[in-house]
Amino acid sequence: MQLNVNGQIHNIDVEPNMPLLWAIRESLGLTGTKYGCGVAQCGACSVYLNGELVRSCSIPVSAVGTAKITTIEALSKDNSHPVQKAWIALDVPQCGYCQSGQVMAAAALLKRIPKPTDADIDSAMANVCRCGTYQKIRDGIHVASGQKKLAEVLAQYDATPATRG
Amino acid sequence: MKNNNQNVSLENLARRDFIIKGTLVGGGLMLGIGAIPDLAYAAGVQYDPNTPTKFGDDEVNAWVSITPDETVFIRIARSEMGQGTRTGLAQLVTEELECNWKKVKTQSATPGQSLTRKRVWGEHGTGGSRGIRISEDYVRRGAAAARIMLLEAAAKQWNVPVGELKVDKGVITHTATGRKTTYGKVAQLASTLTPPDPKSITLRNPREWKVAGQPYARIDTANKVNGTKVYGIDLQLPNMLCASVKACPVFGGKLVSYDEAKIKNMPGVKGVVKIDDSTLAVVADTWWHANTALNALPIVWDEGAGAKTSQPAIEKMLRAGLDEQGDFWQRKEGDAPAAINSANKKVEAIYYTPFRAHVTMEPMNATVKIVGNRAEAWVPTQNGEGSHAALSEATGIPLANCEVYKLDSGCGLGRRGSTQDFTTFAAKIAQQYPGVPVKAIWSREEDLTHDYYHPIAMAKMSAGLDNAGNLTGMHIKVSGQSINATLAPTAIKNGKDERQLQGLYEKGPDAQLGYTFPTLLTEYVMKNTHVPVGPWRGVNTNQNGIFMECFMDECAKAAGKDPVKFRQVLMQSHPKHLGVLNAAAKKANWDAPLPAGTYRGIAQFMGYASYSACVAEVSVKNNVVNISRLVFALDCGHVVNPYLTREQIEGSVAMALGAIFNPEITVENGRIKQQNLDTYPLLKLASTPRIETVLVPTYDFWGGVGEPTICVVGPAVANAISAAIGRPVRNFPLSREGLSLA
Repeated sequence: MQLNVNGQIHNIDVEPNMPLLWAIRESLGLTGTKYGCGVAQCGACSVYLNGELVRSCSIPVSAVGTAKITTIEALSKDNSHPVQKAWIALDVPQCGYCQSGQVMAAAALLKRIPKPTDADIDSAMANVCRCGTYQKIRDGIHVASGQKKLAEVLAQYDATPATRG
Repeated sequence: MKNNNQNVSLENLARRDFIIKGTLVGGGLMLGIGAIPDLAYAAGVQYDPNTPTKFGDDEVNAWVSITPDETVFIRIARSEMGQGTRTGLAQLVTEELECNWKKVKTQSATPGQSLTRKRVWGEHGTGGSRGIRISEDYVRRGAAAARIMLLEAAAKQWNVPVGELKVDKGVITHTATGRKTTYGKVAQLASTLTPPDPKSITLRNPREWKVAGQPYARIDTANKVNGTKVYGIDLQLPNMLCASVKACPVFGGKLVSYDEAKIKNMPGVKGVVKIDDSTLAVVADTWWHANTALNALPIVWDEGAGAKTSQPAIEKMLRAGLDEQGDFWQRKEGDAPAAINSANKKVEAIYYTPFRAHVTMEPMNATVKIVGNRAEAWVPTQNGEGSHAALSEATGIPLANCEVYKLDSGCGLGRRGSTQDFTTFAAKIAQQYPGVPVKAIWSREEDLTHDYYHPIAMAKMSAGLDNAGNLTGMHIKVSGQSINATLAPTAIKNGKDERQLQGLYEKGPDAQLGYTFPTLLTEYVMKNTHVPVGPWRGVNTNQNGIFMECFMDECAKAAGKDPVKFRQVLMQSHPKHLGVLNAAAKKANWDAPLPAGTYRGIAQFMGYASYSACVAEVSVKNNVVNISRLVFALDCGHVVNPYLTREQIEGSVAMALGAIFNPEITVENGRIKQQNLDTYPLLKLASTPRIETVLVPTYDFWGGVGEPTICVVGPAVANAISAAIGRPVRNFPLSREGLSLA
């Protein structure tokens, strides 16, 4: 079976009913995509299938065909995607485990709606974060979309870019 | 290099395991503390670069190592699970060391090294919001000692009095001549000097901190946004096998038999391992293969007596406890029952709070490799030394021949802090595959149905009011499950267990009740079930905060008084509790009018040596609650990093709101009914209100942050809801009151 992941064709020998998540993690060794629930509830396994945000835990690898898969590892080469830059500047992640999925979901939102409203963010950002980083995720999208300046967001937390060390 | 500060030189630690290929870290053969040995050979996987492996001749003391390129490696013994302790401790070290923050990296001290070096880094356990508050003193003294040694080394080199030197960001200057040198240049000499007596060191006044106390960025964020951070579940070791575990669905049940033949030809399957009387695992080449075969494995269980228990019976037992008379744990001041009985007005309410699951985003897992008489474990744990002991106990291999490599956890929440069952299980499986690393992962279903749950509890609260609306007596009677009964039975004396009354204690410094009642009777009636319980972020402050603070609002209403003013009268002997109450009320403009349909609620409570208060503003339409504003005030004494402290509060609010609005864990035929996040959903972004935090540190104690910041959110929101709908809410989650969160 062939899988097109991050611009590379991989030949893998797996059962057709294996979820795409486990092919990505265990056959290809790309562990940035996480297992959280296995039933498409948490979004930790979010990847792009032909550019569309999907939950890879619930897609059998046989259903992927020639579709192009993009994982968190290929979002940018150097943390340069606006979402990654905002996430770092605001320290959005706490434990970080769900953040591959959150970053992928946020980047997909901005591709679809470059200047999302709070209501757009509410409906698009449906991934679970058990650390509760939701307020910072919203801030991060505001900054990544250019709707708020970093300094403006940091000021709400009594910080400035200069006092962040 | 001689290591004067320790009884054991570093060379003695230089086992094969710590030597990894330099290619991973960029040149040369390096001796690695906290190194992940086999990872050097694992294709495409790097260990967390925030726990770098480079370590060698440059140890100034146990806390600090400085290389000639001026990189400062700071040793951290506590676990990181997103709470920011790594960054906070590094800030404290940098503050006293006077090194360059931009050059700081951290290393994880391992439990094995700690054993060899006579626990030089203190305890590793990271729970109870203790990561910083319990270790700050010796960590800061260790850093200051290193600074003193580095300056002495420079003075020695230049043959000048040390008093003529000053240091700024790792650059040492001889004030008289302007000569300069750096920490990196004198570190080797410094490490040969006699360390100062830690007691002789004067630490910086926190009010004068330059690095600590600042809202610095986390030092470990970058690899959390691109998928390269390696969690325990992501480990890939050469020849590794994977296991999926399953325990009897009913707690206390036993494994009778299983039909291995039915799965032995399934893809990748290596075998079935019986872990203990009630647990087995399927081992395969990948976890997906292991878990698929486990789901197909015919298993016969003896479910035992627990199978007869369901939720209504548990609730009935707790409810009966509220009316029992007996020799319970009691705190007695005056005769509260008599005062209440003779009061002008009597207020009474019964509250219920449920079982809750942790649901760390990264399911429980551990990897163990046993070669001969040596065992190694790679574990996301809050208790490295606990896992170390569990590894030794499970394998029978002496502690000195065991090592644990802690990986940052994908959430801890208390689940990874006490019972190290994940390590025990992985060790038992790995024993059957000598020489091969085995990674055992709980499926989400297994993780959710074999947790150590937040204990279920009820409380009957009674109070008396005189004809002026003053409170004359308070009777708090809690009936519920004991964490100690599951995890530390010896802590229970004659059936009495004070721990369940966290936050209602008479004395500080950890979790003191913030009210002085004219008479008070506090009782705990222990009612244990067969469901294991344990610490769940905030632990017993969560339900006790709800009981106390929701009831205070009921009393205020019965007295016809404002909830803030009613509390203030009873808090005059508790200035810090009162301080945060007032700070939250002020920030929220408590006395200012609200738009029609919007109502406020307030709560204050103490836990983990810190004081919290919260004000919520809500409106309720068709039983749907909309939280329009949430204000939080915290006094944690000293704030090591205000930005990350605020993040802990933001996370606590989300945890608390999920706990009061989302479905609960229930028991059916002895097992947990909720199997996954479809039936046990967690709070999402759209339901999370904006959180405004006010930090009001009083600079005279060290309090925790991660946990004391949950217990006030539920009651503040519930009190606002009660004000909005005109009746008290007493049953949690609030679906039991017909309410949901917008």
